[in-house]
Amino acid sequence: MMSDDREIQLEAEKQGVFLTTMQRFYNWGRRSSVWPLSFGLACCAIEMMATGLARFDLARFGAEMFRASPRQADLMIVAGTVTKKMAPQVVRLYNQMPEPRYVISMGACATSGGPFRDGYNVLRGIDLLLPVDVYIPGCPPRPEALLHALMTLQAQIDNQRLNRVRWYGRREARDFPVPTFGKQGLEIDGQLIDPVGGLPLVSPYTSPLHGEERSGTIEHPELARQFPIMDETVELETPYKAAGIAPEIAINDLKRPESEVDHAQG
Amino acid sequence: MPRVNAAELKERLAHDLPGVLAETRTRTPADTGHAPGDGKTARPRRGEHTPVDLLATDDAVIHADRIPEVARYVRDVLGYELLSNITAVDYLADGVIELVYHFFHLGGGAELVIKVRVPRDAAVVPTLTAEWPGADLQEREAFDLYGVLFPGHPNLTRIYMWDEFEGWPMRKDYPKQGDKYFGDAEE
Repeated sequence: MMSDDREIQLEAEKQGVFLTTMQRFYNWGRRSSVWPLSFGLACCAIEMMATGLARFDLARFGAEMFRASPRQADLMIVAGTVTKKMAPQVVRLYNQMPEPRYVISMGACATSGGPFRDGYNVLRGIDLLLPVDVYIPGCPPRPEALLHALMTLQAQIDNQRLNRVRWYGRREARDFPVPTFGKQGLEIDGQLIDPVGGLPLVSPYTSPLHGEERSGTIEHPELARQFPIMDETVELETPYKAAGIAPEIAINDLKRPESEVDHAQG
Repeated sequence: MPRVNAAELKERLAHDLPGVLAETRTRTPADTGHAPGDGKTARPRRGEHTPVDLLATDDAVIHADRIPEVARYVRDVLGYELLSNITAVDYLADGVIELVYHFFHLGGGAELVIKVRVPRDAAVVPTLTAEWPGADLQEREAFDLYGVLFPGHPNLTRIYMWDEFEGWPMRKDYPKQGDKYFGDAEE
């Protein structure tokens, strides 16, 4: 239906007759003024700033108005590494944005944790906490990639249908749960979601076009590793070394023969 | 005020503050009678593990409880007014945590390095915040990430990690998030 209608509309426009539908008018209005929230988390933000300036000129797409307040913003560009300490603030900012709202996950770090995925302090993908519309690969992505992501988002907005989008329905706008700090990582409702060792214990949010819900599947929950070093009841193997050392650490750091190890130091 | 290098510093410390220097192995090769590469010593092949003495150093290693005294000496006698850096190194297999202090002259010149070694399971070093308020931040960092305790520090709380966090994440036995290691190596 939609494609036929649009074909007819486009054909009519060539003849100088401007026809539109409510749906197309709404979508045109939204796609043409996607105002991003002005915040950056790491080096991707530098590329984001370059995109906004004259050389790449984000204003061509109507998205040059970086807003300093989440109340006035439509788009959150998560530009950079989301550390666990920063994650609650990012979610809180998203909760403060009025609907309709969109998220672009810019760069490897925001998408998956990137090179810091192994670290103790980095969230493994903002989509564990927020529904992401467009992902951009790259480290950092070039401004052209961000422009392409914006165009992709505009194409997604063009295809939205007024009777299907979530923000014109009956339900109220929903706050996404803001994680809290726990002993080993981030917690939601007291449950550890991103343990050190093992995969994240929540599934990522699926595309907002499909309802902004978690898929509900955790791919490998059995792979949550238990590290005895994290357990206070486990005895130490030696006075210096915990018994439950991760194998990759042992391979890297404990490969020296015992004869070279100097216990007398200190 | 004199600029001194590591060897001169050790000489001066041994003379002016007897007993502060701890025993350590030096990196300067011992005289084995023949120079390296003369054909008599086997050179390691490619891929072969060459033993590295990680704890050998030419810098001054001093006893932990004497560090305020030495720091005061370095500032007042040698004129190194700026404590630029305090960092910690974890030698897991040796059971040692090493703290490295970098001092500078404000007028320029090379840095002065002082090291302190404490056992991993009892990492306690006196604080320098009385003389250098700037040490506050850096000692909190060493406490936060390596679990080094600084008795006398005015506010020894976590600085980078959140207060509820447990563990010393930069110690080498702290696990990685590590999901990319799942697979063949596991089990």
